[in-house]
Parts: sequence; C-alpha cells; structure tokens
Amino acid sequence: MVHRDRTLDESAVRSQGGRVDLVVVAEMVAPGSRVLDVGSGDGDLLDLLATTRGCDARGIELSREGVNAGVARGLAIVQGDADVDLAHYPDDSFDYVILSQTLQATRRPRWVLEQMLRIGRHAVVSFPNFGHWRSRIDLLIDGRMPVTDNMPYAWYETPNIHFCTIRDFVALVETVDARMERAVALDSSGHRVRVNMPWWVWNLLGEQAVFLLSRK
Amino acid sequence: MQIEAGRLTADDVKARREADEPHSPVVRFGLDKPLRLDAGVDLRGLQIAYQTYGEPNADRTNAILVCHALTGDQHVANVNPVTGKPGWWETLVGPGKPVDTERFFVICANVLGGCMGTTGPSSTNPATGHPYGLEMPVVTIRDMVNAQAMLLDHLGIERLFCVAGGSMGGMQVLQWAASYPERVFCALPIATAARHSAQNIAFHEVGRQAVMADPDWCGGAYLAQGLAPHRGLAVARMAAHITYMSDQGLHRKFGRRLQDRVLPTFGFDADFQVESYLRHQGESFVQRFDANSYLYVTRAMDYFDLAADYDGVLANAFRASKTRFCVASFTSDWLFTSADSRAIVHALNASGASVSYAEIESDKGHDAFLLEEPVLFDIARGFLDSAARALGLPPARPR
Repeated sequence: MVHRDRTLDESAVRSQGGRVDLVVVAEMVAPGSRVLDVGSGDGDLLDLLATTRGCDARGIELSREGVNAGVARGLAIVQGDADVDLAHYPDDSFDYVILSQTLQATRRPRWVLEQMLRIGRHAVVSFPNFGHWRSRIDLLIDGRMPVTDNMPYAWYETPNIHFCTIRDFVALVETVDARMERAVALDSSGHRVRVNMPWWVWNLLGEQAVFLLSRK
Repeated sequence: MQIEAGRLTADDVKARREADEPHSPVVRFGLDKPLRLDAGVDLRGLQIAYQTYGEPNADRTNAILVCHALTGDQHVANVNPVTGKPGWWETLVGPGKPVDTERFFVICANVLGGCMGTTGPSSTNPATGHPYGLEMPVVTIRDMVNAQAMLLDHLGIERLFCVAGGSMGGMQVLQWAASYPERVFCALPIATAARHSAQNIAFHEVGRQAVMADPDWCGGAYLAQGLAPHRGLAVARMAAHITYMSDQGLHRKFGRRLQDRVLPTFGFDADFQVESYLRHQGESFVQRFDANSYLYVTRAMDYFDLAADYDGVLANAFRASKTRFCVASFTSDWLFTSADSRAIVHALNASGASVSYAEIESDKGHDAFLLEEPVLFDIARGFLDSAARALGLPPARPR
C-alpha cells in the first residue's frame, strides 16, 4: 500500500493509517533545504519534502521498481547501492541526508552513517527498534525472531541484516562522534513517546525511532 | 544471398541524392559563415538538413532537440524517404507520446558527417563541385553539436527545453549540456557514455577496415567511379549489429534454428536464421547509408571523451550546471553499459546537478533504446512532465 499523504499533520496521517515516521522525519528538515534521501523507495518522502517543505529533494534507491516508479512520478532518484555509491558524493553537498527505515538493511551501517555526516551537515535516521517490548517478548517467551508490522519478514528472507535497538544506535552516534540534536520515538500506535522519559523507557516503548544528528 | 558488388544501384542514386537535396527542410549557411571544426579547419558552405514536429509556443521555450545515433537521421517520426519505413523513434516521439509533439516543438537534425542532407563526405564540396569523399575534414561530437547550435540560432530557438538522444545521440546530449549549459533546461541521455571505450573503438575499427578492404571503396573516391563498397559496408554493419543485441536476445530470437531447411547444407550458405538475419541487415543498410559517412561518424564517436576537455574530470564538464538530467541504461546493453551510465551519474552527483538514473531491465541489448520499452516511456514521460512543470509549461492535454 502506497501512502501519498502530503500533509505534516501527524494525527491526520495516523488516523488514515499513513506513515507517521515520514512526517516526523519531514518536520526535522528545514524548509527549502537540499536533501538526499538514501533508500528512497518509490519516493513518498521525497514527494512529501518537495510539496510540504519546498525542498530540493533527491533520492538513491536500490530497487529498479522503486526507481522506475519514482522517476515516472517526476522525482530525482538515482538507481544505486548506498553501501557503495555514497562514496561518490562530495563533502557538504546536501543540508540533510536521510536514511528512513533503511539503516538495518545496509551492509555497513557505521560507514553509511559516517558518509551521511560527510555529505550532509545533518543526518536524519529512522529505524525500527529491535529493543521494543514486543520484540523482547518474542525472543524471551516464544524464543522466536520477532515479526511485526514494521519488521514483516521471516528471518530467512529479511533484507534487514543489521537490526539494532535505540540504545545501540545512541552508542553508534557516540562512536562516530556525531551530535544528537533531536530524537523521537513512536509507539506501536504511531504516537510519540513522552520526551522526558529515560532511554530505557524509550527503548522499551518505542517501536520506531527518528534521530536528527549533526557533525560536531 | 550474396551482397552485390560493383555499380551504384537505383537505390544508391536515390539515397545519394538526399546528401545534397534532402526530402526534409535544409538550411544552407553561406561561405561567409563557416563552422570551425575541432580538427582546426573551417568547414565552409555548411548545410544542415532537419525535421521538425509540432509548433513552437509564443516564448519559443518548448523546443526539444532529438539527437540521432550512428546510422540514424532526422526522420524521427515520419516515414523515411529512403527506406519507406516508419521514423526511427516513433515509439517515443509523436502526438500523445512521451515526447509529445502536441506539446513540444521537436527538432532533429542529420548529424555533421551524415549522408541525409547535412554536410558529409557524400555531399558536394562547394570548392570542387564533386563529392567530398576523404577531403571532408574529420568531425567530432562537439562539431556536430556546434552545427546544431547554428541550426537553433537559425530557427530562433535561444534555449532548449530538452535535449534527448540514445547512444551517439546521448553523447551529443552530454556535449550539449557541457558546451551550452545555459541553453539546456533538461537532458535525457539514454544508453550512452561520456567516452567511447577501447572495446567500442575496436569494433568500429573492424567496421572501417571492412569498408576500406573492399576494392570498390577506391580509396574513398567510389562515387566518382560510379561504385559503392557494398560488401565491405555490409560486413561492417553485420559486425556492428551483433554488438547492438545481447546473447540472450539473439538466443530468444533465433536460437540455433535453421533458415528454410531441416538439415545443414555442409556449405557456407546462410544455414542458420541468425546468419540470414545478419545478411539481411547488411544488405538493407548499404542501400541507405554512405560508406564514407560510416567512417566519419564512427570516428567522431571514437574521439569522444568528454572528461578529456575538462582536465580529465568529468564532473568539471557539468560544474554549476542547472540542467536537470535523467540518465537511463539497459541491463543487457554491453556496448554502452550501465557502468558507463553510472560514471555519468557519479560525475553529475559530484557536480551537484539534479539527476535521475534508471537501469531498465531488458534482454534486447543496446537496441533496447529504440524498441518498445514501456518502462523507458514511463520514465521519459514522468521526467519531461515534471521538468515542464518546473519551467512553467502548460500541462499535457488530458487523454
């Protein structure tokens, strides 16, 4: 199902079953900026950024189907592999580099994150939280790899080869010496987890997380 | 079947007449308006044959220049006056097509060095009154583009909405974007490369040697002898045609099937369908194309290396370019590979230009860009529509 919501109204998007995480990402991007979306799918986020934020938004997407659909929609998307092609982008060529629900599918998450912070002044990363309580129960009680709406694949066919938890990601941010500017966790109903909660609560209740990072 | 040697046929005469008196519109530049060539000489008495479709809008901002490939011509979307066949890109160009002639003013010119009415080796040299032959200076892709720019000046088109082309046409698109960035709003280079590879130069050399090995070539002066090197040119075309297809495509189309027989003849007749097909390709090609033009135009492709003009850095060719690019390649194209297109895309990324790139799945090899490829059409339409919106051109008429 393709959501083509062109609104930043979270509750409206939520009630229509749309992707709240895309709205959260788009809100973190300053209007009118130059944006590179790494793993842009068929271009829903690019469209949202262009129409609601007036961004010069471009994408990289691995799947031919995604690229074809996006380019046919008039979006600037390049067929390519983020694990390789990010190296070809010059320093500081974008204001924001976005990795939306793609981090866990990259072969080299750390390298990708470092490249993002080299290419853009800011990086926005959203990912499914493997530390969510339901994932933990799947593992702890059932002894099975979790399968959820956000992580719909069985272990043997998942493209997601590098799952992490919110706390794992926070540790990676420290490792690559980036500054964390904002963080949002969304619970399973798409509502934001309260900001003044400690990390371990976010890690338990957040089904997805969105981080805005910048270079130190 | 054996390709006939020797005298010029009626078809030859008809085709050669196109060189000076084409069926399409033609602009003749006076001797006082020479084209300065990369070879360092002035080409005087330049003429350019071209075709247009649709109408320019009031501001003359809706022009699309289509650039043709090695053996193409200006007849993009009309019946070809020499072959009687449909235009070579009627799949993409026409009313309601992605390059919509109801919306855009489409221009295509025969390339410099060609044989369909733009000055080339079979054209009459104004200085001698005889066909140029090898007296024609060697031309480059940039010379072709500079000639097209003279045509646009003549037509009063200051700025193109788009330049589009595949293969050698794509080389011209890239050269346009590099030489005249302010004249190109968007660019659609398909199945092309920013430089001709060693392998491709090698294939071209085989073709040229086949032409020159034909005794009817007469050191390039065959027209004066009333001859044409049909056998050599046909072999060149046969060899080249293999490079335009893919192994899978050839297998799907012909396999090892025999031609009109159940057993091999144990001779050297065209036993296999693929042989018969290639001979047919060679035979029909020589009826419409001039052998010396084949030498000149393949040479122009060989010399193409866009980065070389920009300190060896391709990105420098597109520095500060505001042109929007859409690059496309085909998975089974081994002549102009996806890697070639990716090199263009990487350079455009490095220069900060707006670029889309699609690698389209197809087993039709390099020829795919000329064939029915719906994904290419969707991409071209989406790209042109969004660029037209950005430029403020009115939307397509609803269908």
